[in-house]
Amino acid sequence: MQAAMLGTGNQEHPMRYSGFRILKEALTGHKGWQPVWRRPDPKPSYDIVIVGGGGHGLATAHYLASNFGQTRVAVIEKGWIGGGNVGRNTTIIRSNYLLEGNEPFYEFSLKLWEGLEQDLNYNAMVSQRGILNLIHTDAQRDAYIRRGNAMILHGADAQYLSTDQIRREYPFLNFNDARFPIKGGLAQRRGGTVRHDAVAWGYARAADARGVDIIQNCEVTGFRIENGICLGVETSRGFIGAGKVGVAVAGSSSRVMAQAGLRLPIESHVLQAFVSEGLKPVMPGVITFGAGHFYCSQSDKGGLVFGGDIDGYNSYAQRGNLPVVEDVAEGAMALIPGLGRVRLLRMWGGVMDMSMDGSPIIDRTPIEGLYFNGGWCYGGFKATPASGWCFAHLLSTDTPHPTATAYRLDRFRKGLMIDEKGMGAQPNLH
Amino acid sequence: MIIPHPLLGPCDAQEFTYLGDASLIARPDGMAEGAADAFHDYLYLRDNPAGLHRELWYHEQGDRSWLVVTRNTLTHEIVKAELARDVARAEGRGR
Ligand SMILES: Cc1cc2nc3c(=O)[nH]c(=O)nc-3n(C[C@H](O)[C@H](O)[C@H](O)COP(=O)(O)OP(=O)(O)OC[C@H]3O[C@@H](n4cnc5c(N)ncnc54)[C@H](O)[C@@H]3O)c2cc1C
Repeated sequence: MQAAMLGTGNQEHPMRYSGFRILKEALTGHKGWQPVWRRPDPKPSYDIVIVGGGGHGLATAHYLASNFGQTRVAVIEKGWIGGGNVGRNTTIIRSNYLLEGNEPFYEFSLKLWEGLEQDLNYNAMVSQRGILNLIHTDAQRDAYIRRGNAMILHGADAQYLSTDQIRREYPFLNFNDARFPIKGGLAQRRGGTVRHDAVAWGYARAADARGVDIIQNCEVTGFRIENGICLGVETSRGFIGAGKVGVAVAGSSSRVMAQAGLRLPIESHVLQAFVSEGLKPVMPGVITFGAGHFYCSQSDKGGLVFGGDIDGYNSYAQRGNLPVVEDVAEGAMALIPGLGRVRLLRMWGGVMDMSMDGSPIIDRTPIEGLYFNGGWCYGGFKATPASGWCFAHLLSTDTPHPTATAYRLDRFRKGLMIDEKGMGAQPNLH
Repeated sequence: MIIPHPLLGPCDAQEFTYLGDASLIARPDGMAEGAADAFHDYLYLRDNPAGLHRELWYHEQGDRSWLVVTRNTLTHEIVKAELARDVARAEGRGR
């Protein structure tokens, strides 16, 4: 809501944010702050139109303008920017993947997070407080150490922690649970959390400053396709012509691409998240339970931010059901019995584009001029910078970025799946 | 969600596991012309509609029957539940 209200003025150059600026505004009654991006009307046509003003669409626009010199760019968003999953997720960033097709991409993304605030001149509260995946069996230890080694081989950081080491950082965990004792953990110190809305706003502001038109409350209702070539998008505000159209609509991928006659290897599922009442600092980093579906971190406001598994059935409802709430609460109590008296403040759901192998797609489509970015499952927030960069690379140069060559749309036909969990074509198991 | 099982009456969806789109009943003929393409589409591509969706649920904690449940993916409202066996037979399968 706030984002929509902020987007009014029409300034040429946005002010730079700095400590000095905050001080100055504090002393002059905060009268100098300006709207953070413009609210332009759509032009008749653009070189590149991005559909979807989530994290990925806005990041794509920013990198198109800043890295590839594309300035005749628009982002078309049906609601307000940041109202989709970019503003609904549990904000975890990490690059702890195993497979060749994934790890270099996510490590590229983590590196971009590390320089994001300077790049955008925006405080996105990137906090590398570390992520710890707990280990509960010997077999799991083997698997996690293998994963850690794969990460190190790709230039990421990974560290095996013994029970004693974990005890020093997380003394309150249930180490001696009869069924799921903690036997160690895989830590990635450079992982952590980021303020999710600030990512949308920071990218929007930076893209807008370079001339990108961010057009909110404008729904794409169809594509104008002639002789197999996409000429632009039909919207609730009329036709907008485009040299190229890039679709990055996450949970709405199948609905939007169906308008171009394409069926995708994607199902939409709901994932729930939970925030507790504010507590004093207890949780130093992000932890994940290795024996059930539960993960947790603490926001800077003090709320415990946690979640678990997807509900497991197709859904566009942006809310889940009680069985998963119970499952998450059970996981929480198994791992951190001390949470029992903490009250839940709020919970919500988001619609995720679950792909058939659990990995994303950044590729051209069979329709010339139409490009697709999606299939992010429940892990697309951490991917935001690299996804934007790689999609911008593809849109600008018509070649995939080196870290995203595996994210092909036709990989299922060719047997080149990137299935981290080895679950097969069953989206609710990824 | 409560699934109105055609034989057992209302059952908690927690008793079931979920497979996906009921079009999975229509397994292609592996010997037919163009089987590779047909299997690619069958296995990997989905309509994934926002609205009514016919889908397969397995009553694992119950009578172990497969059901075809018609459910609205926008509201989670369940409109209908049929035995998958009956649906498959009506489609001329599983003689
Ligand atoms: C509860 C929850 C927790 C999560 N936790 C994490 C996490 O801890 N770490 C992590 O890495 N990932 C996490 N994710 C996943 C992550 O949030 C998503 O993968 C990612 O945000 C998707 O990309 P996006 O930001 O571009 O999507 P969105 O913000 O959903 O953007 C898509 C946009 O497209 C717009 N749109 C749709 N249809 C149209 C149309 N026809 N015309 C115009 N615009 C349209 C939508 O309005 C929306 O704004 C989580 C997701 C959820 C729901």
